[in-house]
Amino acid sequence: MAERRRPRLAVWKFASCDGCQLSLLDCEDELLAVADAVEIAYFPEASSVMAKGPYDLSLVEGSITTAHDAERVHKIRRQSKFLVTIGACATAGGIQALRNFADVNEFVAAVYASPQYIKTLATSTPISSHVKVDFELNGCPIDRSQLLEVISAFLAGRKPAIGNHTVCIECKLRGTVCVMVQGTPCLGPVTHAGCGAICPSFNRGCYGCFGPKERPNTASLAAEWLKLGATPRDLHRVFRTFNAAAEPFRQEADAHGD
Amino acid sequence: MAGGEPPIGTQAMLSLDGLRALIEALAERGYQVLGPTVRDGAIVYDEVAKLADLPSGWTDQQDAGRYRLERRTDNALFGYAVGPQSWRRFLHPPIERMWRAHRTEDGFAIDATAVEAEPSKFAFLGVRACEIHAIAIQDKVLVEGPYVDTGYQRRRRDNFLVAVNCGQAGGTCFCASMNTGPKVDAGFDLALTELLDESDHRFLIEVGSVAGAEVLSALRHHAASPEDIAAADAVVARTAGSMGRVLDTKGLKELLQSNPTHPRWDDVAARCLSCANCTMVCPTCFCTTVEDHSDLTGQTAERVRRWDSCFTADFSWIHGGSVRPETKSRYRQWITHKLASWIDQFGTSGCVGCGRCVTWCPVGIDITVEAAAIRATPATSTETDHGRT
Ligand code: SF4
Ligand code: SF4
Ligand code: SF4
Ligand code: SF4
Repeated sequence: MAERRRPRLAVWKFASCDGCQLSLLDCEDELLAVADAVEIAYFPEASSVMAKGPYDLSLVEGSITTAHDAERVHKIRRQSKFLVTIGACATAGGIQALRNFADVNEFVAAVYASPQYIKTLATSTPISSHVKVDFELNGCPIDRSQLLEVISAFLAGRKPAIGNHTVCIECKLRGTVCVMVQGTPCLGPVTHAGCGAICPSFNRGCYGCFGPKERPNTASLAAEWLKLGATPRDLHRVFRTFNAAAEPFRQEADAHGD
Repeated sequence: MAGGEPPIGTQAMLSLDGLRALIEALAERGYQVLGPTVRDGAIVYDEVAKLADLPSGWTDQQDAGRYRLERRTDNALFGYAVGPQSWRRFLHPPIERMWRAHRTEDGFAIDATAVEAEPSKFAFLGVRACEIHAIAIQDKVLVEGPYVDTGYQRRRRDNFLVAVNCGQAGGTCFCASMNTGPKVDAGFDLALTELLDESDHRFLIEVGSVAGAEVLSALRHHAASPEDIAAADAVVARTAGSMGRVLDTKGLKELLQSNPTHPRWDDVAARCLSCANCTMVCPTCFCTTVEDHSDLTGQTAERVRRWDSCFTADFSWIHGGSVRPETKSRYRQWITHKLASWIDQFGTSGCVGCGRCVTWCPVGIDITVEAAAIRATPATSTETDHGRT
């Protein structure tokens, strides 16, 4: 078998906490295999080598919150054959998208001692609002094994085996007893799978870290939450977290006032 | 009883100590004994090593979208209805590797050692009548048709069933409507009826197979008196009269199949989360998907099968999209398959009335209520369009 050229990998950061990139470094057992399978051409978090493009696979973390980044992401797209967003920020705008529903200048004034140095956009938007995205990996943070699955799938030229069903299915696969039916409100029925249903397995309701599933019926779930004793304010808040700007969650939060 | 094995149909009496011995006898015969035990605020089916693992004095309160574990006033061991997930977990596991292969010089080779290790022989303790019917339905689907699921077939071949006649019906049970209970009639190795009063705690035990007879012969037991048998019959009769739900099955298949455009589908779709819980807990649902994985080095690949559901978009994904994009068509598929087209396919209903889909639906959608709603105002149209909606 002739020596194949290793695909070139780049990892990019926009507005984010670095947690998703760190998931890659966290793949201790597999990290050497990743480094063997791809040429890590650009990954400032992990290496001082910053080789020029083009790149075969770009993993993009973070959302677009500055005019500079809005331009930068286009450059990255032009240099990338395959572009995958990783995490809730890159895929849905992240927790920082809360600014979309308020006056960003007030936040800036409240947070920074010298707000005049801060240049920022009024909104936090996902990568897909700016450039074409080939695959979106959900989660806050992403799941390590899902990331490895996406990279392995890319290397083999196959579709990643990442379902877009509910967290409920993950509960049932692992045999967790449903907490919602036992009285604890849970976002699992409207949330995209991926975490492996961690919170219900610790007897907590799902927090929606992986964003909306396809066709989520948030209105029906919200009505059930109210029956279980949640207040409209609770509902407003649970839909306004890491995936606040994802359209179905945005609408459901709005439906329950402030 | 001295010498020889009791014939099939024998009814005998077993003490609490006899039940303890039964668990041990099954373990001695190489079975992994699985039965009811309390975990995570519910009575689940899991490993049972000793009598104390059984849910002594616990019961379940079940209603649509609601489950609570509660204390009983007595020490009944089987004084609850059915667990959150059925025995299907063990016979048709949620995730199963089909094969694994590695790259060779000129192609690939299947790794013989990577086939799932020979599964344990399962002995199920506390199988209800509805569950035995559900297992029989899955046998029909997975073994008795032209395409045999060999893993399931192997697990069933080695399977020992200790049934229990229900001492009380759960709030969402309707086996009496489906003719699947509450009395266990066939398909078991041994069947118990729990008899409990101030002075005594014992079991009527019935032999259902040669394997069951052999196990009973190893246990201390004595003959059942006509009074014992009458007491056991009374338990089942009382349960039959206290079903939490009723489903009118008369003409149900035709009713559902002739109402594809009924307005009730929109009504239920407004409530349904398409979360798939109902199909995951149903003891007869058998749908799976396969996922292919390859590793980073490109040296090994494997095919994994996992439970899927007609409530997911991927389930009906063909070139260009999902055949059932809307929740209303997914719900209609589910209930129509369970109660109608299953009969065309397999000759029985796909529902045994265990009530799990009702209890474990997070928003309490009730298959008996939805079927009754269609019956209340059946469409006059003769439309039979099952197409995309
Ligand atoms: S605990 Fe939450 S995620 Fe799990 S099945 Fe229940 S509702 Fe779904
Ligand atoms: S359809 Fe519902 S009641 Fe019928 S067997 Fe399945 S889970 Fe039980
Ligand atoms: S109801 Fe749905 S998940 Fe269950 S067997 Fe039928 S098609 Fe499969
Ligand atoms: S009927 Fe209930 S359990 Fe089934 S998919 Fe709809 S909401 Fe989920």
